[in-house]
Amino acid sequence: MAEELKYVEKWNSKINELKLGAAKADGGTRGKVFKVGNQASLPYLFKEGDIPFAPIIAAEVYDVPEDDWPQALTEDLKDVFRHPLDWAVKMVEEAGADLVCLKLQGIHPDLGGKSAKDAQGLAVALLKKLNTPMVVLGCGQADTDNEVLPLVSEATKGERLLFGDVVQENYKTLTAACIADGHNIIAESPIDVNIAKQLNILVSDLGMPQDRIIINPTIGALGYGIEYAYSIMERARNAALSGDRMLAMPFICFAGQEAWSAKEARVIEAEAPQWGNARQRGIMWEVVTAMAMLHAGADILTMRHPEAIRIVKAAIADLMRH
Amino acid sequence: MALSGLDIYKLLPKTNCKKCGFQTCLAFAMQLAKKAVLIDKCPFVSDDVRATLEEASLAAIRLVQIGTGENKVSTGNETVMFRHEEKFHHPTAIGFLLDDDMGSDKLSIALDEISKLNFERVGQAINVNLIALRQRSGDDGFLKAVSEVKRSSTLGLVLMPATAEALKGALEICAEARPLVYCPKPALLDGFAAVCFRMRLPLAFRAKDMGEFSAQVKRLTQQGLTDIVLDIAEYPVSERLWQLTQARRLAIKKSERSVGFPTMAIVETEDTSQAVCQAAGFIAKYAGIVLLKFRRPEHILPLLTLRQNIFTDPQKPLQVEPNVYPVGAAGAGSPVLVTTNFSLTYYTVLGEIEASRVPSHLICVDTEGMSVLTAWAAEKFTPDHITDTMTRFKLGDIVRHKNLIIPGYVAMMSGDLEEKSGWRIYVGPREASGLPAYLKNLPHE
Repeated sequence: MAEELKYVEKWNSKINELKLGAAKADGGTRGKVFKVGNQASLPYLFKEGDIPFAPIIAAEVYDVPEDDWPQALTEDLKDVFRHPLDWAVKMVEEAGADLVCLKLQGIHPDLGGKSAKDAQGLAVALLKKLNTPMVVLGCGQADTDNEVLPLVSEATKGERLLFGDVVQENYKTLTAACIADGHNIIAESPIDVNIAKQLNILVSDLGMPQDRIIINPTIGALGYGIEYAYSIMERARNAALSGDRMLAMPFICFAGQEAWSAKEARVIEAEAPQWGNARQRGIMWEVVTAMAMLHAGADILTMRHPEAIRIVKAAIADLMRH
Repeated sequence: MALSGLDIYKLLPKTNCKKCGFQTCLAFAMQLAKKAVLIDKCPFVSDDVRATLEEASLAAIRLVQIGTGENKVSTGNETVMFRHEEKFHHPTAIGFLLDDDMGSDKLSIALDEISKLNFERVGQAINVNLIALRQRSGDDGFLKAVSEVKRSSTLGLVLMPATAEALKGALEICAEARPLVYCPKPALLDGFAAVCFRMRLPLAFRAKDMGEFSAQVKRLTQQGLTDIVLDIAEYPVSERLWQLTQARRLAIKKSERSVGFPTMAIVETEDTSQAVCQAAGFIAKYAGIVLLKFRRPEHILPLLTLRQNIFTDPQKPLQVEPNVYPVGAAGAGSPVLVTTNFSLTYYTVLGEIEASRVPSHLICVDTEGMSVLTAWAAEKFTPDHITDTMTRFKLGDIVRHKNLIIPGYVAMMSGDLEEKSGWRIYVGPREASGLPAYLKNLPHE
C-alpha cells in the first residue's frame, strides 16, 4: 500500500482554551457555559489536529437602540429593540444565538447618559433572565467606560463573563476589575499583529491569566477592508500554532456591527435595484462577513440580525462535521 | 518551485569565465533568477542542470485558460498558501451550473439573469465568469442547449456532457470558444482525455482523494494532456476544505506535479443560504473555480466582493487615479473636498458625498494608496502634496471660490495648508459617514 498522498503541518503548540461562564460549582450561577479555542490546527482542518470546540455566536443587544438602522433590522427586531431583556430572549431562544453581547451604548454622555446603576441593573437582569454567560461592551469613550464597566464587573462577580474592550492606551482599569471579579477580557488592537501581541503582554503582566484573554483584531466589513483582518488573523494563528504564546489567544470578531454599517447592507432597493432584495442583501452581507472571519479563525462572532445568526449557526454545524 | 539566485549559483560552473556576458557566475545567476536571461548563455552547463532549471521555472500549479477574448478565464499558477506571504494571483472563477433539461424558456431566463450579474466596486468591475451546462436529457436536447448558451452568452463555457457522442457534438458547436470539458464518470475519462488532447482543451474530472487524483493525472499527462482541473467534490465541507488545502500544499510545498492543477468546487446544496456559506469558504480556501446553482444578485454580490477582497494584492492596495472629480452636477460654486487615492478611502468618501446629494468636487491626492492617517504619518498627504495636486489639476479654473474641506483626522495641518495654498481651510468630519450631515450644513455658505 502506497503512502497516502498528503502534507500535514506539524504544529508544536495550540490555542488557549477560554472558559466563558461559571456554573454553580465554579462560583457562578450559569446553567450553561462555553469553551472556545484549544485548537491544534488551522480552521476546520480536522485531519491535522484537534479542534474540540465549535465557534459560538453572541447576539448584539443594546441598552439604548441605535437610531440609524436600515429597515431589514428595524423590521425584524421591531418588537424587541427597545426592550433589551425581550431582545436577548428572542435572540437566544428563537434565533439560536449561543449567548448575547450587551453593548452599553447608553452610558455615553451624548447617547443617553445612562448611569452606572442602570448598566449594572440591566446586566444583572439579563443574567437572571438567561442561563448563559454574556459579553459586555462599553460605549467606546474611555473615561465613561473606566467608570462604569468596573462597576458592572463587580455586580456580576464570579460569573466569568467577557468584558471589553481594552486597548493599548487604556487597559489597566478594566483589566484590574476583571482580574478581581473573575471575568475574561477582550484585548483590541488596530489590525496589527505586533500591537495585539504587545497588548496581550501588558494585560498578562497586570496579572490576568493568559487563558482569560481574547483578541479582537478589529475587522472591517465585507468590501470594507475585511482582507486586512483576515490576513492579520492568519498570521497570528500561524505564529500561535508555531509556539508564540502571546498570540495564542482565541479571536472575537464583531461581524454584526461592521457588516450593517456597509453601504451594501443599508441601501434601499429603489436606490440599487441591480443589487437585489434589500433585506436579504443585508443579511447575506453579515453572513458572508461572518463566514470569512470563521475561515480566518474566529472563535466568537458577535452578530446582529436573527436570520443571519440562524444561517451562520447552521453553517458552523456544517463546518464542524468531520 | 522557483529557485533563488544562490540556488542557481550552486548549479553553475563558478569559473567566472564571462562567456555569458556577466562579470561573475553569481551575477549571471541573479539575472537567471529574475528570468532576465536564458541559461543558454552559459556554454558549460550540463543537460542535468538545464533540466533542473527548466523544471524549477515551471509553475507549481498549472495555469489553465478557459474561453477566449475579453472574458477569458485564467485559473491556477498560485504560489502561496496565505495571501500575506505574497498574494493570490487568479481570482476564483465564479460560474453557474445549468441543467439542459430545464426547458428552453427557463434556460433563456437563466442566461438573462446571469448576464446582469456585473457589478462595480471601488472602481473595479467584478463579474461572474462561467456557465456550466450539464447534460440531463438526450443528446439532441443537450446540443440544442449548447447552441443556445453559445448564442446568448459570452462567458466562458464548461461542457458537462453525459456521453462521448454528446461531447463530440457539442465541440462541433463551440470548440473554438475553448470550453472546459468536464468528465462526468471515470469510465469516460480516457475517451474525453483523448478528445481534449487532440483539440487542446482543458479537462476537469472528479476523484475521491488526492491519491486517486494523482494516479489519474499521471495517466492523463502521459497521454499528453497538459491542462487539467481537479473537481474536489467530497463532503462534508471540512473534507472538501482539507482536499482543497492538500492540493495547494502538495503542489507548492512538496512540488507534487501530479496534483499541481487548479481546483474546482461545485456547490449543489439546495438551501441557498447554506450554499452561499459553503461558496464563501471555497473562495477563501483555494478553489480555482466555484460553480453555483443560485443566481440572485443579493447572493452573488457578497461572494464577488469577498473574492475581490481576498485576491487584492496585500502589498499594493487598490488605488484611484489622482484628479479632481466632480460628484453629481458639480459647478463653479460647489464645495471642494480632498481625500487620498486609497480606493477604500476614496470610494467611501465618494459614496457619502453621493448620499448627501450635495454636488461637490472631490480632490484625489496621490498618497500611493495609503489611507488618510497613514498617508499623513508617512508624509504623503501634506500641505505640499495637496497644494501641488490643486495646482496640477487647475482647481482655480474649476471653482470660483477658495474654500477647501479637509478630513477631520488631519485638522492639524489646516494652518499650514491655508498658508501654502492660499485657500480657506474647513475641517470636515473624521469619518466619511459624517459627510452627509456636514455637507447639508456647510459652514461657508
